[in-house]
Formats: sequence, C-alpha cells, structure tokens
Amino acid sequence: MAVTTDPKLDAHRLRADFAVFEELVNGKPVAYLDSAASTQKPRPVLDAMREFYEHSYANVHRGVYRLAERATTGYETGRRKVAAFVNAPSEREIVFTRSATEALNLVAYAWGFDNLGPDDVVVVTELEHHSSFVPWQYVAGRTGAAFRAIPIDEHGELQLEALDEIAREGNVKVVANNLVSNTLGTVNPVEQLAAWAHEQGAIMVVDAAQAAPHRTLDVQALGCDFLAVSAHKMCGPSGIGALWGRRELLEAMSPFNLGGEMIRSVSLERTTWNELPYKFEAGTPAIAEAVGFGSAVDYLSDIGLDAIERHEHELVEYALGRLSELPWIQLYGPPAERRAGIVSFNVEGVHPHDVAQVLDWEGVAVRAGHHCTQPLMAKLGVSATTRASFYLYSIPEEVDRLVDGLHKVKKSLG
Amino acid sequence: MSEFDQLYRELILDHYKNPRNHGLLDPADARAEGQNPLCGDEVTVSVRLGAGDVIEEVGFDGRGCAISQAATSMLTDLVKGKTATQVAEMQKEELLDELGIPLTPVRLKCAILGLGVLKVALHKARGTSLPEEWGTSTRDLVLD
Repeated sequence: MAVTTDPKLDAHRLRADFAVFEELVNGKPVAYLDSAASTQKPRPVLDAMREFYEHSYANVHRGVYRLAERATTGYETGRRKVAAFVNAPSEREIVFTRSATEALNLVAYAWGFDNLGPDDVVVVTELEHHSSFVPWQYVAGRTGAAFRAIPIDEHGELQLEALDEIAREGNVKVVANNLVSNTLGTVNPVEQLAAWAHEQGAIMVVDAAQAAPHRTLDVQALGCDFLAVSAHKMCGPSGIGALWGRRELLEAMSPFNLGGEMIRSVSLERTTWNELPYKFEAGTPAIAEAVGFGSAVDYLSDIGLDAIERHEHELVEYALGRLSELPWIQLYGPPAERRAGIVSFNVEGVHPHDVAQVLDWEGVAVRAGHHCTQPLMAKLGVSATTRASFYLYSIPEEVDRLVDGLHKVKKSLG
Repeated sequence: MSEFDQLYRELILDHYKNPRNHGLLDPADARAEGQNPLCGDEVTVSVRLGAGDVIEEVGFDGRGCAISQAATSMLTDLVKGKTATQVAEMQKEELLDELGIPLTPVRLKCAILGLGVLKVALHKARGTSLPEEWGTSTRDLVLD
C-alpha cells in the first residue's frame, strides 16, 4: 500500500524568507493579500539572481568565452527546471517569453493566423483573463472565425452542457481556458475540456498563470497542447514567463518575434529559422530572470506544491467562513473545495476602490477592480469586486485583519 | 599541455589546414548545406551512394572555425563505407571521440555541424531519420 503523506507548511516560518514582511507601512506590517496579482519574492530567489549577476553574467548562447558559457548554463538550467516543473516531455518545448500574456499571444498569432478561417470557431470561457480572451478575440476577428465563450453558472463554474451547441456552429479549432480563474479562484475542468477539444479536432490552450503557483502542473496529464505560466506569480521575477507547446505544433508554426538568435541563416532572399526553442526567442532574453525563475521553481518544489495547495485551501475555508458571517458582504465564486486561494467579494453599497482604500489605511493590501476580466464582471452584474488572494506566506491573522478592516469600511461608508 | 594545445591539437590543425575529401561531388546522390547560427560556420556535404546505400564517396566544402571544418573533414573519413542508415543513427559521441578534445556547449555545436548536415543530406535523398535539432526548419522565409 502506498504511503500517503500529509504535507503541511509553516507559513510563519516561511515569512522569514520574505524581507517585505519586516516592512512597516503606515506604521503597520503589511497584510499582503494580493498574491494573485503578483507574489512577493523570497531571499533565495533574489540571492540566486544577485549571485548570477556578480559571478556569471554575460549575454547567452554566442560567446565562446567562459563567462558566456556560465551565463548560458544558468539560463538553460532555468529552462530545464521549468520543463520539469510542468512535466514537459522535452526542454525544447519550453519557450521563454516576457510573460504568460506574451506566451498566449505567441500561440494566437503564430498558430492562429495560419490555421483559422471563416468556417472555424474559437472557444474561450466567460472566466478568462483578458490575456486569454482578447488575443483569440482579435485573431478570430481578423481571420473571420467565430468567437464563442462557454458560459458560467451562478457559482462561477463552467456550464459544459453548452459545448454541444457551440460545436454545431462550425469547426471548433481552438479551446482556450484558464486552469484557475484569477478573479473567482475557480479550478476549471481542463482535462475534460482538452478531451472535448481533441474530439473536435481543436487545440487546447491553457492559461496556467494562476494555477502554477498553487498546484502541481503536468502538461501530459492535462492533455493540453499549449500551456502558459508566469514567473512573477510564483515567487520569481517579473519580466519572464514560459510557453510549453507540443513539439510537432511548435515545429510547424511560423515564428512570432523576428531578429537575432531565432535564425539559422539570413540572406537577402531567404531566411531560415533556428531550432526549438530558439526559433521563438528573438533578441537577448531575460537572462538573470530565467535564473530567478529556476530558483523560484526550486523554492516551491522544496516546500511542495501539495503543501502549498493545502495551506491555501485552509485559508480560503477560513476566509469564506468569516466573511459569510457578515450579511453585508456579497461573495462570488465556487465553494472552497473547488477553488484556489482567491476570494472575491463586495461590500454592500461601497465601491471596491473605496473598500481597498480604507483597508490600505489598516495595512491590508487587496485588489479592487475588474481584475482584467470584464466579461466576467458583466456576467456577475457588477463593475468591479474586491479580491483577497493568499499564498504560501499568508496567515490566518491576515484574514482577521481583513475582516476587522471591513468592519471599519462598513461603519464609515456603508 | 596548454589549453591551446588541448583544443587545437596537431590532428585538428592538420585537418583544418589540409581538409580531407574537400570539394563537392558533381553529380552527387545526396547533398545538403547547413549553418551554425552561433558563429556563422557553413558546411555543404555531398555524397555518392553505392549498392545498399553504402557511402562510396563524400566531399565537402565550407568556411568557418577550425573546429567546424576539421570535424567535418574527420567525419568524411569516418563515414566512408557506412550505409546511409548507419550514418543517420551515428551518435555524435563517435565523432567527438575521434576529435578527442574538450568542448564547451557552444563549441560542441561547431563540432557536430558537419554530421548534422550529412544526416540532412541522407534524409533528403533516402528518407533516413533526422537529428531532432534539424527538424524545425519548416515555414522558412523565401522571397522570390
């Protein structure tokens, strides 16, 4: 019988890795509840980048000298770690990009323009972040393909019964979905969508920017064709993301950005493309950021993604429990067991920006707005929500400070 | 031995200065050209095949660093008498053993350029397998 582990992380201890928690803002320590927007950075990641800059920095790939060799090794080690993190069959299938957004644009442009036409259908969902919604809406519009969104129910969960009707509208060629909704925290049934997409002869493109920090990722188990992640949402630096793509698709695709590094040979009449993944990496990449990305992957892996997921689940359960005691709070999204560490809500009669402003005076950092999900806001019938999001360093005391702050919001503005 | 002598050992310099099987065959049964985008090395390889697709004659032309040109020269000696399939399946280590020099990752690409180009030539002529890094040159940009 397999031994089951019951991993548990010690968030209070992990906070010592994050200098920002020693910081006082307005005389108060920060209750940072905006990790879904971007996470704080642990010392090991910052140290790895600093050390790289101080001891191994040069431009990558071309240099014959040793420093360039070290830099290239650092950059490619980052790629290898990211490949292992998403369980990619090959490192060649990992393309470094500026962000998850750029990774999704790469697929929409480089695959979409060559493969979509007037009889085709591109399918997204009402839960998408704009980065997974707008590129496909744009490319569909430019190629004449139809653009459809899978609707959600009142809990913010996908209504898959709508798929049959969508399939009748034409040749479904693309299904794009986020694994975890950045606004509601909904964990979406991507495996099921990928299976349906493949039955239609479509590709499955997964935005995992919001999933990668919080749960074990396995591109092979998901059964998708492309998957995008972003380092800054998972303890790594901003300015770098990664696209995983199935090799045969990447090979058949045109390049996205053109210039140095992505070529094999150039002449006036003919230019040929470099091998994977360099075909998609024009220009000097984010080198130290790749090192930091790799270090962030190590940091998360050492803690354990299962432990992180479990810790966030406990915080979400606690937060939902405490917030649901307040009758003037409107909560959005699915029950705790089907959501990641994100809680979206509104305070009756108070705009989210005012909620966030008052909370800031209490040292509580939350996000207020449409969270780059305007179609979802329209569906919920609101212009904005307040969002609290948790990560491996979040603690129940911060949820308590949020609730205390909300009482002040209600008292002063409600 | 100095680092210079380790890398540019006598055999390498000899092949660089006096390349074997230099010059392209015309006619040829298989031919391909390739570049190493890292340093701009270029190699063209041509081959004549006999019964059973055995390599009877091989000739190359190119320009580039000493490692890329010497390695291709040594390769041409190495593959004579082998079948197209044997060459397609040939591991880079076999050539690297022959070179017998320490190579950084960047210089490794110089050293195996000729082998990759030869495999491409045989692939085009006889459909043998390609090394994975040569499988990506689809949708190249060609202007008329």
